[in-house]
Amino acid sequence: MFDSLISFAFLSQTLRISIPYALPAIGGTFSERGGVANIALEGILLIAAFATTVGTFWSNDPLIGICCGVGAGMVTAFLHGIISVTLKADQIVSGIAINLLAIGVTKFSCQLIFNSSSNSARIVGMEKWNFPSSIPLLENPFVAGTVVVLIIAHVVLFRTRFGLRLRSVGEHPAAAESLGINVSRVRHAGVLISGVLAGAGGAWLAIDQHSFTDGMSAGRGFIALAALIIGKWTPLGAAGACLLFGCAESISIQLQSSFHGLQFIQLIPYIITMFVLAGFIGRSIPPATIGIPYEKEKH
Amino acid sequence: MMFSINMQHISKRFGNLRANDGVNFSVQQGEIHALVGENGAGKSTLMNILYGIHQPDEGSILLNENLVKLETPARAISFGIGMVHQHFMLIPSLTVTENIILGNELTSMLGFINSSEAERTIEQLSDRYRLPVNPRARVESLSVGQQQRVELLKLLYRNAEILILDEPTPVLTPQEVEELFHTLNNFKSMGKTVILITHKLSEVMAISNSVTVMRRGKVVTRVDTVSTSQIELARLMVGHDVEFRTVKTSPPSSMPVLVVEGVSAQSDRHLPAVRNLSLSIAGGEILGIAAIEGNGQSELIQVITGLRKPTAGKVVIKGQEYLSSRHHPPVSHIPEDRGKQGLVLDFTISENLILGRHQEKNFSGLFRLFNEKVESNAKQLIQVYDIRPPTKHLRVRNLSGGNQQKVIIARELSKNAPVIVANHPTRGLDIWAIEFVHSSLLRERTNGKAILLVSSDLEELLKLSDRIAVMYEGEIVTIVEAKNTTERELGIYMTGAVKRGA
Repeated sequence: MFDSLISFAFLSQTLRISIPYALPAIGGTFSERGGVANIALEGILLIAAFATTVGTFWSNDPLIGICCGVGAGMVTAFLHGIISVTLKADQIVSGIAINLLAIGVTKFSCQLIFNSSSNSARIVGMEKWNFPSSIPLLENPFVAGTVVVLIIAHVVLFRTRFGLRLRSVGEHPAAAESLGINVSRVRHAGVLISGVLAGAGGAWLAIDQHSFTDGMSAGRGFIALAALIIGKWTPLGAAGACLLFGCAESISIQLQSSFHGLQFIQLIPYIITMFVLAGFIGRSIPPATIGIPYEKEKH
Repeated sequence: MMFSINMQHISKRFGNLRANDGVNFSVQQGEIHALVGENGAGKSTLMNILYGIHQPDEGSILLNENLVKLETPARAISFGIGMVHQHFMLIPSLTVTENIILGNELTSMLGFINSSEAERTIEQLSDRYRLPVNPRARVESLSVGQQQRVELLKLLYRNAEILILDEPTPVLTPQEVEELFHTLNNFKSMGKTVILITHKLSEVMAISNSVTVMRRGKVVTRVDTVSTSQIELARLMVGHDVEFRTVKTSPPSSMPVLVVEGVSAQSDRHLPAVRNLSLSIAGGEILGIAAIEGNGQSELIQVITGLRKPTAGKVVIKGQEYLSSRHHPPVSHIPEDRGKQGLVLDFTISENLILGRHQEKNFSGLFRLFNEKVESNAKQLIQVYDIRPPTKHLRVRNLSGGNQQKVIIARELSKNAPVIVANHPTRGLDIWAIEFVHSSLLRERTNGKAILLVSSDLEELLKLSDRIAVMYEGEIVTIVEAKNTTERELGIYMTGAVKRGA
């Protein structure tokens, strides 16, 4: 049994499981660094998974499906941006509304398109890449893609002009504005990036499972949110936390096949989350103005 | 005459408030111009218009005789205008360099920031203008004086020719003020134009070439500094003669009322903030505490008022020890932040007047408040303390800063506690409100109360205190008689440069 824990299959399973956590977590980092709390990640995952399924089903090409998923993620995030940045509504309420909307919209559309409110038809999956065949773990294009996204995300956030401006509008929007930065525009950009990446995460869920099932995001958006907090609002930290969850989930899957009927094994990932949150990581300090819409002072 | 800035007939309304009403404002190139007026006179609004934050409803702005439209700060910056705001516009978690280049980043083609180049430029600027600061330090680790240098460097980095400084001195020590003035004169000699917003008239006299006085949204006068005086400016600012008398009548009694013995306490971040500190205040005495922000004075006050548990030591009031007991110590507390600690802004005046006293038998029984008593208490205090408007059911949020402070003072002083702790009691108030606070404190001194006064305004400390204790890094460095010391001397102790006995 313990052999299986360090096997190649175990590693690749861990990576596979981590992707739909890591992509939205990295994306969420951008939204939150800009000062916009994004609990809509869950809804974005779900809508994107559904859009991917529909796109792939109609075109028979998973690439087109993924584009649909990412696009749907962007649109949903843009909605969150309009509500919480432009209209300055409460970001948590907007996020909850989008999450509820996502459940309803996907279920309703699933019934319309696939004649079942709980399952879609089966869709084609993705072929393995031949390109980096020397690194077997990267043969899954999504794993390779996530690694690339992660590195780019970290560099963008901490080394580029856009990253500096994004962090500044999350920490002290009045200061950013006094230097001529358009706070709303930068915040919108951060939210859109979270939509693209969470959309990609949703796409992977659908492609990996070859179908859409009702509520298939299953709380991953919230775990992603926890991961980015544990990762102290940095892409690398968030991805690390996601790997930890992926690993815990894989262990619990392995153990379930060894000990039948021990339901509490399924708790392992959540218990780990709680312990990590409770203090192994230390205090993580959020961006100063997270959750607070920016309004110019009156006088 | 050549004006570098010429604002003509500027008007700006906020709702019913005429913040600026037909204002003419002009500054010559290469001079230091002071803009003075009480709170709410419209100084900040006018400068925010010049910096592109607000748009005037009427009027025009000429820069070097050319008509310009300043729709955004970015536009103002492009015309060489820069502003240091009263509350610094710095991002604590970023480095000095990041703060300075933000919005004007030097980047390679892909948008990567070239930080070594930026650091070099900043080092050059900081050499040239003698504003030493480490470009790689995080702003949160800097002192207030250093942060102000970063703000100035921000302007210089953008090649600002016109520098607006909004109340730059209240947060500085006297030495830092001197340094700042030196820097400003330096700017002037290099041909830059400086606008200094202030309400400290001694500073106007010390540094400016000319001065504009504003009152209630209008310009009262514009004169050359040499042809006016502090007294005349004060009269123009408030509209009539100003005569303040603060007479300390009786000497303090010899009976200590408040005794702090060997108190140590930690800050919110669990670092030692107060170290083995002892002091005692007699009845009828005001002890001032002078310290740069963050040297343990806030934590000390929290210990005395029962808001923070000390790690060692005790607080004794009128012979009774208060740390171990579960009762709140009998202290009237005028806290540092009116809106956050002193009031519930969305409660009415009468509700705020019983905050923290609601459980007294006068005001409440087992299950209910005695509304008639609450109201009559409010009615009486509003009258005695002259709270305006005298409307019991008005939300405190809608009062002016001065009247909000009156609500706090009315509530706290009517408790009739033997000890009064006042933390920055006049911060952000106008001349009349300040005078009210001062005379209230002096009256309580005459009534035999022991008063602890913390203030960053050294003039205020010198005026009110009997003795002044200087705190540095959680310890009292020295205690001096207020009448035998000066702002300068206090400033030296405040920076920790001299220890007691050295």
